[in-house]
Amino acid sequence: MSAPPHVVDVASARPRVRPLRWAAGALLLVLAAQFAWFLLTNPRFEWPVAGRYLFDPNILRGLGMSLLLTVIGMVLGSALGVLLAAGRLSGFAPMAWACGVYIAVFRGVPPLVQLIFWFNLGYLLPRVSLGVPFGPTFVSWPTNSVISSLTAAVIGLTLHEAAYMAEIVRAGILAVDGGQRDAARAMGFTAGQSFVKVVLPQAMRVIVPPTGSQFISLLKGTSLVSVIAMADLLYAVQVIYNRTYEIVPLLIVACAWYLAVVTVLSLGQRRLERHFGRGQR
Amino acid sequence: MSGTPVLRVRGVRKRFGDHQALDGVDLDVHEGEVVTVIGPSGSGKSTLVRCVHQLESIDGGAMYLDGELLGYELQRGHLRPLPDRRVAAQRGRMGMVFQQFNLFAHWSVLRNVVEAQVAVHGRSPAEAREEALRLLERVGLAGKADAHPRMLSGGQQQRVAIARALATNPRIMLFDEPTSALDPELVDEVLSVVLDLARGGMTMIIVTHEMSFAREVADRCVFMEEGRVAATGTPEEIFDDPASPRLRAFLSRFSGQAGKTPVEESTS
Repeated sequence: MSAPPHVVDVASARPRVRPLRWAAGALLLVLAAQFAWFLLTNPRFEWPVAGRYLFDPNILRGLGMSLLLTVIGMVLGSALGVLLAAGRLSGFAPMAWACGVYIAVFRGVPPLVQLIFWFNLGYLLPRVSLGVPFGPTFVSWPTNSVISSLTAAVIGLTLHEAAYMAEIVRAGILAVDGGQRDAARAMGFTAGQSFVKVVLPQAMRVIVPPTGSQFISLLKGTSLVSVIAMADLLYAVQVIYNRTYEIVPLLIVACAWYLAVVTVLSLGQRRLERHFGRGQR
Repeated sequence: MSGTPVLRVRGVRKRFGDHQALDGVDLDVHEGEVVTVIGPSGSGKSTLVRCVHQLESIDGGAMYLDGELLGYELQRGHLRPLPDRRVAAQRGRMGMVFQQFNLFAHWSVLRNVVEAQVAVHGRSPAEAREEALRLLERVGLAGKADAHPRMLSGGQQQRVAIARALATNPRIMLFDEPTSALDPELVDEVLSVVLDLARGGMTMIIVTHEMSFAREVADRCVFMEEGRVAATGTPEEIFDDPASPRLRAFLSRFSGQAGKTPVEESTS
């Protein structure tokens, strides 16, 4: 041993030279500059037009409808999803099986197809009625007066969302340690109390992250309702550009709003995850 | 002993697939009696207390708490399972302490001890809180009321679990190997709490691998093997003069431990 050990001190080490990183950084810089140049110099983006329409009342109304559909779809879909998850985990085999079939069907059919299907329900069932199954009917309405664009959109998005939420909730419930359930029952909690007080709050840690992603994907999914003439954000944009032919700037307006809302949702999701992470690790 | 036993177990059978976990178990536990259950792993000790607490259903036999049939009722000459609400109420009259503590991970220590008092037994939150703090004091954890379970050592968690089980004034306490998941140096703090309960006259069934403790705390000791009660008697009868050769063989594996007392010298 020539040098005493204290002469070497890694605190004085310099960062390693990484030529590949320098090259990649330079490449990214060039690409970014090129893209910015494209955005700014191509006159067909018509930035002033986009700016003019960004806060147009029709656009804002469309945005409001998109948000409303997202919230309704998420609330109803989550509620139905929790019931489906509970049914799927039920000890009563026909119930578990029925919920499994529902989930398979509604996860398997594309939401766009479902929306068009619900919108055209009047063809399959001309009248909807309340009465005794296979017995007398009390009241009935023509289906086309019940199924508007709005109801078709709400039904389609809710049923689709419920199937996904059911799987998310089920995974969350299964992730809760069985000992927690034993302890809840041992304390004298009923099955309902132990689910609401002990199992569900702890399942939230597993449920919240994918639910945030579902929320975001449902917001984007609401753009599908434009095909059944539902006045959402995309439809509002389409109505304007069909008249003015300013397609690109109006699509940019739609992108800007979708991105803005998704960004806000992502921030909210992070806070929720931190909240429900309590008590763990 | 005389009078109706707090717990009466008659011919209870339980099967898991091909494995007969309980094969006709009889057991009476009287007011204030402490029964310890020993036996090799897989002998059905834990299954027995889990069945008594109705965390597992039983395949045959019957169990009674203060003379009331557990889990079933007679309806027009037919036995039928009780609805969930009434099973829950029966469970609420017993206290259970688990090997893995199973404290509710999302609640503070205090809320763990308070919640069932309010939600199951209808006490006011203020009353429940007072009772919880008194019990935490009793298990030596008054200062930890606002802590979260994950911040406690295993021994502390188990003491909270005991306080939680006591909070609803159970008729009987069931312990399912309460020290098996603990580091050796944390075992005594839990056992001394249990011993303290025993001296206070609590009716208890304690499943344990701690032989010297099983002997010291027990009024009566039960040796289980292959799902049956293979021997039962006073601690002296079981530990000093084991009649069956298999009990002798079981105890010999713990020899050197059975005689000494890890907690403190018994004064009772």
